[in-house]
Amino acid sequence: MPPRIQLIAVALSFLLFVYVFELVRRRRLDIEYSLGWLVASAVIFVLSVSRKLLAVITSLVGATLFTSTLFFFGLMFLIAICLHFSVRISALSNQVRRLSQELALRREEEDPRGCCGCGERLN
Amino acid sequence: MVASLLAVVPAYNEEESLGALLRDLRAKVPNAELLVVDDGSVDATAAVARAHGARVLSHPHNLGYGVAVQTGLLYALRRGFDTVVHVDGDGQHDPADVPRLLAALDAGADVAVGSRFLVRGYPSPLLRRLGSRMFAALASLIVGQRITDPTSGFRAMRGPVLSLYASESYPPDYPDADLLILTHRHGFRICEVAVEMQPRRGGEAKLHRGLRPIYYVIKMVLSILVILLRRAPERSAVRHAA
Repeated sequence: MPPRIQLIAVALSFLLFVYVFELVRRRRLDIEYSLGWLVASAVIFVLSVSRKLLAVITSLVGATLFTSTLFFFGLMFLIAICLHFSVRISALSNQVRRLSQELALRREEEDPRGCCGCGERLN
Repeated sequence: MVASLLAVVPAYNEEESLGALLRDLRAKVPNAELLVVDDGSVDATAAVARAHGARVLSHPHNLGYGVAVQTGLLYALRRGFDTVVHVDGDGQHDPADVPRLLAALDAGADVAVGSRFLVRGYPSPLLRRLGSRMFAALASLIVGQRITDPTSGFRAMRGPVLSLYASESYPPDYPDADLLILTHRHGFRICEVAVEMQPRRGGEAKLHRGLRPIYYVIKMVLSILVILLRRAPERSAVRHAA
């Protein structure tokens, strides 16, 4: 791997790792979601630091270029995390749907004539 | 609760047609309690409904037709109604047909569907008719009885099927072939009843514009496939659970 791309890969993965960690520390990212990012940045970091390991894996995967190996793993990670998000979003929309239905039912129970709810919306 | 029949009217910005519909329902189906599910309307839908003596459930935002209908079912289950009829808020469905849907339930059906195609053709655009026919044929094949109008939202249902429709299994947007197949898979009896429907006012529904039909066909095929691939429930267990 040319030294320049190695340097960039090392720097970027290191920055990513630190940034994700910082987000968790500031409670802007849940640990659940940070794990994937931390593991991915750690893997890219290790792969770009250690040429020998990268060479072994590259021949194992059957790629001709070191960089392809990095891209390959990066892409796999992105696909995995996107799928994970889709699953989470599906669960969240189901929950929002149920909550909205529940809210409509509760409002009617408390205030069947709609005296205080007129014109006041949540969105 | 004396009244055991609940008429659920899903309505989204229907302040203009809702009043007449509710008056008509009251006259044609006097024993029904009226419930309007206001699906996040920004007009006076809820106020009009209350003025006409209907109970109103208001979604905090627009959740779609299927969800509105389902909220009505949740209400029915909690208040102990055993029969529910859905009548669209836009005036497409004629309340005068409701007694015939109920008669089909009395005759032993779990779900009675008002079909606009049983008697004579209903004017609709070619592409839509084609898709409609295709899914009607598919549903007929799987359900094992003639289904002519799978997209009809004009339905009456009674008993344990209410719990099925109130569950997560219920498809959240428009009722279609997948719902009928789901109903059949759970061992419920479906019966179609010929009704007249008024063409929609105000042009085509949003559903049929642009690439939507293609998306819809693919989604429906997928939905049916998933329903068929899920393990079939114990029919007797579901039917007698509630």
